[in-house]
Amino acid sequence: MTSMLVPLFTAPVIEFRELAPVLILFAAAIVGVLVDAFLLRDWRRWRDEIQMGLLIGSTVAALVYVVLNARKGLSGPLAMGSLMLDGPTYVAWGALLVFGLLAVLVFRERRVNGGVTVFASAASSVPGSVEEAEADRVRLEQTEVYPLALFALTGMLVFVAANDLLTLFVALEVFSLPLYLLCGMARRRRLLSQEASLKYFLLGAFSSGIFLFGVALLYAFAGSFRLGDIAAAVTAPQYGRGLLYAGLVLLVVGLLFKVGVVPFHNWTPDVYVGAPTPVTGFMAICTKLAAVLATLRVLYVALGGERWSWQPMLAVLAVLTMALGAVAGLTQRDVKRMLAYSSIAHAGFLLTAVVGASQDAARTPTSVSAILFYLIAYGFATVGAFGLVTMVRNEAGEDNSFAAWSGLAKKNPWIAGLMSLFLLSFAGIPLTAGFIGKWTVFAAAWRGGYSWLVVVAVLLSLVAAYFYLRLIVVMFGGEPARNSFVSEASGWTWVPVLIGAAATVWLGVLPDSVLSVASGLGTFLR
Amino acid sequence: MTLLETLVQPVAATGMFANAWWMIGAPLAVAAILLLAGRVADAWGHFLAVAAVVFSFAVAACLFAQLLGRAVDARIVESQLFTWFSVGAWTFDVGLQVDPLSILFALLITGVGSLIHIYSIGYMAHDPRRRRFFAYLNLFVAAMLTLVLANNYLILFVGWEGVGLASYLLISFWQEKHSAAAAGVKAFVMNRVGDFGMLLAIFSMLVMFGGSSFTAVNHGAANLPPLWATLIGLFLLLGACGKSAQVPLQAWLLDAMEGPTPVSALIHAATMVTAGVYLVVRSHVLFEQSAIAQTAVVLVGTVTLLAGAWIGTSQDDIKKVLAGSTMSQIGYMMLAAGIGPAGYAFAIFHLLTHGFFKANMFLGAGSVMHGMHDDVNMRNYGRLAQYMKYTYWTFFCGYIAIIGVPLTAGFFSKDHIIEAAFHHNLIIGLCALLGAGITAFYMTRLMFMTFWSEKRWEPGVHPHESPKVMTIPLVVLAVLSLVGGAAMNWWIQTWLEPAAGNHAHEVALFTPIGGVTIAVVAAGVALGWYVFGRNPIPKVAPASRNPFTLVGRNVLYGDLINDSVAVKPTYALGRAAVATDDAALDGAVDGLARGFGGLSVVVRKLQTGYARSYALTMTTGVLLAAVVLILSQLA
Repeated sequence: MTSMLVPLFTAPVIEFRELAPVLILFAAAIVGVLVDAFLLRDWRRWRDEIQMGLLIGSTVAALVYVVLNARKGLSGPLAMGSLMLDGPTYVAWGALLVFGLLAVLVFRERRVNGGVTVFASAASSVPGSVEEAEADRVRLEQTEVYPLALFALTGMLVFVAANDLLTLFVALEVFSLPLYLLCGMARRRRLLSQEASLKYFLLGAFSSGIFLFGVALLYAFAGSFRLGDIAAAVTAPQYGRGLLYAGLVLLVVGLLFKVGVVPFHNWTPDVYVGAPTPVTGFMAICTKLAAVLATLRVLYVALGGERWSWQPMLAVLAVLTMALGAVAGLTQRDVKRMLAYSSIAHAGFLLTAVVGASQDAARTPTSVSAILFYLIAYGFATVGAFGLVTMVRNEAGEDNSFAAWSGLAKKNPWIAGLMSLFLLSFAGIPLTAGFIGKWTVFAAAWRGGYSWLVVVAVLLSLVAAYFYLRLIVVMFGGEPARNSFVSEASGWTWVPVLIGAAATVWLGVLPDSVLSVASGLGTFLR
Repeated sequence: MTLLETLVQPVAATGMFANAWWMIGAPLAVAAILLLAGRVADAWGHFLAVAAVVFSFAVAACLFAQLLGRAVDARIVESQLFTWFSVGAWTFDVGLQVDPLSILFALLITGVGSLIHIYSIGYMAHDPRRRRFFAYLNLFVAAMLTLVLANNYLILFVGWEGVGLASYLLISFWQEKHSAAAAGVKAFVMNRVGDFGMLLAIFSMLVMFGGSSFTAVNHGAANLPPLWATLIGLFLLLGACGKSAQVPLQAWLLDAMEGPTPVSALIHAATMVTAGVYLVVRSHVLFEQSAIAQTAVVLVGTVTLLAGAWIGTSQDDIKKVLAGSTMSQIGYMMLAAGIGPAGYAFAIFHLLTHGFFKANMFLGAGSVMHGMHDDVNMRNYGRLAQYMKYTYWTFFCGYIAIIGVPLTAGFFSKDHIIEAAFHHNLIIGLCALLGAGITAFYMTRLMFMTFWSEKRWEPGVHPHESPKVMTIPLVVLAVLSLVGGAAMNWWIQTWLEPAAGNHAHEVALFTPIGGVTIAVVAAGVALGWYVFGRNPIPKVAPASRNPFTLVGRNVLYGDLINDSVAVKPTYALGRAAVATDDAALDGAVDGLARGFGGLSVVVRKLQTGYARSYALTMTTGVLLAAVVLILSQLA
């Protein structure tokens, strides 16, 4: 019913309160950039504190809004339907903000590194050049890392809530670009870091291309970017399903690249090793969480009707991922590299629950709450483990080789003990969070009718347990390494590590506190 | 009367039973205190640890007395503690079950545990890390009690993993010895294979019964499809094999002897390694649904009882002889547990008597080592009977108990098993009988090499008796080795009925098969004397071409088999996976490391090349995903 009375332009309705977490982070990031650019000379030396204050203040404020909104029960489509505020969004936002904050606190660590941060003094200087030496001498710092991390977090928040494919794509780029930059900013081994950054960028661009192609094909199939419209088109297709299948494969591949699923995982070990360790920790948990959640949303909301076609495909990828992660992890001699393969294996374990797509009698997918819990359990252990990784050093800087970690228990039983706790959680030993996480995702897969996949997963989780154990044995049984030492860290590292340890035990002994929340908020809205 | 009619319903815990968790809580709390208190606790930590276990024993004894006073159908008492977590429709509770079966285990664990704790005060007196040792021991006791007192399979599994963890910590306690660290890893890995079975069994139970509590499983078992009954049975058996060192997962137990000797006595003889038998008996309702699974249990038990005995005949390390013997005796228990209703009580009976006499002998071996400068090689022993009176006589009690001299503990329990095995199947019976003969042979060999024959001591060794704190536990265990069988023979089958089902009782003492058994044992002892008693024992093991000896000395080539079947292929796969994965970067990194400054151009070339190859992998992946999707459409 077109009428002359209908205005040509409708002002979009923006739900400011519901969007507050995203807006607060975004605003803080912009203010952060401005502060870096325009701060008066006298205030320069406070730059670091201001940035940190912005970061902590904005994440905490955003977190408060998430909790308040969740308690108030706000939900539904936001910003003209481009975002969807529902249970999984709340849990993912909460988790992203907590893990993002914990991981970024480590960025500020100076003591462990002899009074400087792990970031290059001037990232644009050529490694080994006079400019670099000069920047080091006057103790320049790239405080842009904090706004960059905030931009990345903003992108992730949008990514997990995106309700149409275009928003999803924009969010993907918003959180990826700052990460590419952060990866290349290590103070030591800068070439390695820059190589990792470039490689991540090139492959990321390639995967974005694949993703975008998938988006285009799905648009051609459904005539809309909206997830709900695609779901409708899947049940009552107007066009041939060829477009749907081609689009589905390409879109899912683009998403799984970020999750680090085999065979789209190659970037993971290189980038994990090359990036400054605090950045690795940030990516290891936040990127994975955001990517898994977005994948889930796309698969369950838009393509749920086509479940029978993507389940076998993801099952095959899950097996490949678990197998490569677990088996390749066995031969690693570098802690960060081992954790990279471990993160690949964990992506595989998560995929089992995605494949299961299991639903309760009440038609609520228990896979979602299982995956949310798994990610939270994995997140706390990851934050803690990467925090500890920064503390073992030699004269040149951080030393990640097993040789350097040998006999660590004799030098510092606390660090070795905490690391063992995180490793046991990764391995899924009872009374740690990891056990409950594995248990819930495997149970979800089993309920979904994929018992064979669970058999494979349990078997491979045992293989993976072996390489975690090997590091424990190296730490407790090995001869103390002579040319490495444990560097004293400040609260910026210890607070995240201790929170991670406490949460790992807490979620292992009394998991219901979080699991019941995740179950209550485990349903996607359409 | 069919078996299902005799299933006794659990009753809710009241009074003292509601406090059953104290048994677990006390040692757990003390373990935490000892680990966290640091050096402050060095002086008194071990006394606190002993007190905790004695306290648990007292609670167990109280509960036992109360159970005795209850009506037969009220002897399964369940106390729900709290809900652990719930996934979808599945809720997992933390709850304990005190019943005739679990209370016997609790008494064994805390009773023998107390004695071993006391003994350890003397044994570990000079170890700088004694406090830590006692903390681990207490941790073990807590976990083992969790395992046997749990009222569902998931909590049982928590205890299962806990005892595993404590066991690895204690095996590699002397971590400065490389072999000890390696043994710990081996135990861990082989147990993970068993855990694989346990996890799958629990998942299957959840799906089939909607829960993992013993009550749910026992009641659902009757309607279980045969295939699932067999699968769950085999999964459980795999778990049992891992924990109880049964063939094919036996290889870790001999290496586990690297741990301190009290650990071998408590964990690797009396309690933890018998968890597999407990699991099978506890799950008997399930096993009765599947003849295949039961036969598998019998076969595993029979093969292991012979394999363990075989290993026992050719080792020179006194602890490894006892370890082989432990495998063998657990094989007997497994065999009994697989036979069916007639065997459950005998399995548990033998488990208890074995707990007494094997702990006795392990502690005795520890006492010998204590006097011989920690030497474990029996070829350096000899004639110790004269120098270590208490150790000798207590060990002798264990010796006659294990070979089954009439009226000792082993006589009652083992003869019943052999008898039941003959009723089950002639060949199995003959194997069990043969095992008894070999047991007599290798134990006689051990006695000759250690206590009798002539001195073959290393220079500078002056054997001496151990302090009282070590010999008194030995005396107590020796008495139990002698009278433990007679005390329980006429009682245990009736007692276990609520938990292990009803069946005709078998308490006869001297049967024809019993007579044959005694004859075979006598022959084994005579052969032992003939080979080792008549002539001096060589100080160095003579080169042997006898294939039996060679295979025994090499522990049945278990390591070789594991290596070539599992370890090497996995590692080769790992290296291959990494090679395809790392070829790119490692080259670049090495290049970087060598030419940090000037080579950046070359490196950049390398990089683009490799990023391209990564992209190629991704493209292949897209194709793979598409192919799978298309194939699944066609299917």
